[in-house]
Amino acid sequence: MTTSVSPLSRLGHNLRQTLGNILIPILAILTSLVVVAGVIALSGANPLEGFMGLWDGAFGDGDAVANTIIKTTPYIFAGLALTIAFRGGMFNIGVEGQFFVGSIIATLIGYALRLPPVIHLIVAILGGAIGGGLWGAIPGWLKARTGANEVITTIMTNYIILRIINWLISPNGGPMRNPARPLPQTPEVYPTAYLPWIDFSKINFPWVNLSWLASATGSLHWGSILALIMAVIVFVLLWRTILGFEIRTVGISPTAARYAGVNVERTMVTTMALSGAMAGIGGAVQVLALTHYFSTGFNVGYGFDSIAVAMLGGLHPAGVVLAAVLFGAMDAGATIMQMRTGVPIDIVTIIQGLVLMFVAADLIVRQIYRIRVKPADGTTPVSATVQTAGESG
Amino acid sequence: MMDEKFFIGLLALAFVKATPITLGALTGIYSERSGIINIGIEGTMLVAAFTSFIVSVVSQNLWVGLLGGMLAGGLVSLLLAVLSIRYKVNQIIAGMVINLLAIGVTNYATRVYIDTSGIAGIGVLPKWRIPLLMDIPILGPILFQHQPLVYFMFGLVVLTHYVMFYTPWGLRTRAVGEHPRAADTVGIPVNPMRYASTVIGGLIAGMAGSFLVVEAVGSFQKMMTTGRGFIALAVMIFGRWNPFGALVAALLFGFAEALGVRLQLGDINNIQALVYLTGLGMLLGGTIQMITDFVKKKETRSKIIAGMVAITGLIAAILGQTLTFPPTVIPFQFLGILPYVLTILVLTGMVRGAAAPAAEGVVYEKQ
Repeated sequence: MTTSVSPLSRLGHNLRQTLGNILIPILAILTSLVVVAGVIALSGANPLEGFMGLWDGAFGDGDAVANTIIKTTPYIFAGLALTIAFRGGMFNIGVEGQFFVGSIIATLIGYALRLPPVIHLIVAILGGAIGGGLWGAIPGWLKARTGANEVITTIMTNYIILRIINWLISPNGGPMRNPARPLPQTPEVYPTAYLPWIDFSKINFPWVNLSWLASATGSLHWGSILALIMAVIVFVLLWRTILGFEIRTVGISPTAARYAGVNVERTMVTTMALSGAMAGIGGAVQVLALTHYFSTGFNVGYGFDSIAVAMLGGLHPAGVVLAAVLFGAMDAGATIMQMRTGVPIDIVTIIQGLVLMFVAADLIVRQIYRIRVKPADGTTPVSATVQTAGESG
Repeated sequence: MMDEKFFIGLLALAFVKATPITLGALTGIYSERSGIINIGIEGTMLVAAFTSFIVSVVSQNLWVGLLGGMLAGGLVSLLLAVLSIRYKVNQIIAGMVINLLAIGVTNYATRVYIDTSGIAGIGVLPKWRIPLLMDIPILGPILFQHQPLVYFMFGLVVLTHYVMFYTPWGLRTRAVGEHPRAADTVGIPVNPMRYASTVIGGLIAGMAGSFLVVEAVGSFQKMMTTGRGFIALAVMIFGRWNPFGALVAALLFGFAEALGVRLQLGDINNIQALVYLTGLGMLLGGTIQMITDFVKKKETRSKIIAGMVAITGLIAAILGQTLTFPPTVIPFQFLGILPYVLTILVLTGMVRGAAAPAAEGVVYEKQ
């Protein structure tokens, strides 16, 4: 904007804009729920009962809240992975595959190596990060070198890694199979690599005392804390470092970035590597904290859903955390909803798809609710990705 | 072993496997030639597959099922067009909305309406054996003993080529995709053309999805498209947004998929077959490249590379046919990877930004 405005009116402008930024996602969620209520009613169930079940399963009691937080954690990692990628103008649809690579590498380190406690855990998580990062860097490198469309190559890498892993853990001669089990799964990792549960009774310092939560010990793991730390790191990386500035510049306009002296190709690879590493950490955390072994099927779907998380979160770490809580709550509540009303848990995927649609098509929401606040001038994340799509598509 | 019968069976299967991919690529050609990027082909096919199953069971008629599937495909693409054109949504995100919703809706509806009632499919469309042509040696069994949609696919490739390059309508569509401002200036309605082209593409994606139900499997399975809609996009790019190019590229993928299926039967030495067939492929590709290099008077370096590829291929093919290989079975998971790896190789082998419609993905606004 080149027009001069008084500080006061700029403040008002900013306030209205912030309000608009929060209002649209909330209205998008509400609209999605209304549509889904219709879908549930069509199948003969009572939508209100369904939503009550969803709520009780997500926030009904302490266990439900703990479950929601556990389900939220992988969405934070995946949403952050996409935030990095989208901010850098890379449509990384391969988060699911990178997540899997992180899981399988962390599992391998967890059961094949014998290391002292803590070090074993750190090595396993780092291994997951490196694995996911390398797997993500491949499509980035291909795009930088040959211009191969990363949307398609990342989707292909998903299918490829899924098949490779199916072979690795196949009970019929897979190199990572658990010989003691007839099911497709790996051996269990050593307890030295476990990501432990949070012991609230021991968190008792003058400045932070959580011992009153002692009864919650054993219901939350440190991975959730790691996810929040990562959100802060991603914020600092993107908005407080030169690398982050370069990533965002390439995301908004590769041409401008090149004129400004940024090595666009290298930044593309770095963006995808960081994005993949974030997904890889998420995958590692799922195994090391919860299952302690790897089998396919226990974390399918974080790839596509996380696009909705990242978009709903406005491609901002704080927004991603909030959006992840919403998606985690829906995942946690869906089981109770299905038990009570017979509405299949797959309804959650429909809600997620609708949320993505209404957030991306904010014009629909604006029309329905007659909102006149203008979208920010080319600085909102959604329109930023619109611009890059024109250049990179 | 790898005799005439093996090759005839393999090539016939390649045409079958190439059918949904070619149709998907035609979908992409229609929408992208008009300037709309369609990442949602996969989801469109999935919804169409589901709809064609339900409609065919309810009507007890596979042709009505096909029609239902095509209409569903058209409707899903209309949603893509509305999001992209009217609401100016980033077209890649719009495509992912389609994919995510398609997975959600079909999984949900499968649980609610199919799993509970246990309804079964009503079989698949019978083969149409073309009289006289089917008796031609070798070509007959490869080309003229297929189910109807395989022939429809050929027909649509020819028709699309004609429509796009030899009719005023096609010229307008391409103009809208290349330079909407200029098209608008001479009175071509940009956005209506884009709507029409995207929805026509959707009808074809609907046929691709229905193919999986009414010709291939006979029933609906969750997520049964397994990436064919995305492979179709790579095929479209490899075919340089041309129908015949897409058909050739899709045949390559069809062949890879067919080979994966065929080798799993286990009666052929997998390694030997791969060495031999890769050799043949390199010989064929290298020779064709060399001939085009000479015709187009390309630089010597390109000719030498093509020649070396062809000679390596010849040697590999001879070795594959003469050497004895230890009996090895490649895990079926790896054979299934072939089309996906091929997709990546094809995309990386393309010249940067080759021949994509210039205004692709850009919202057009009147001034």
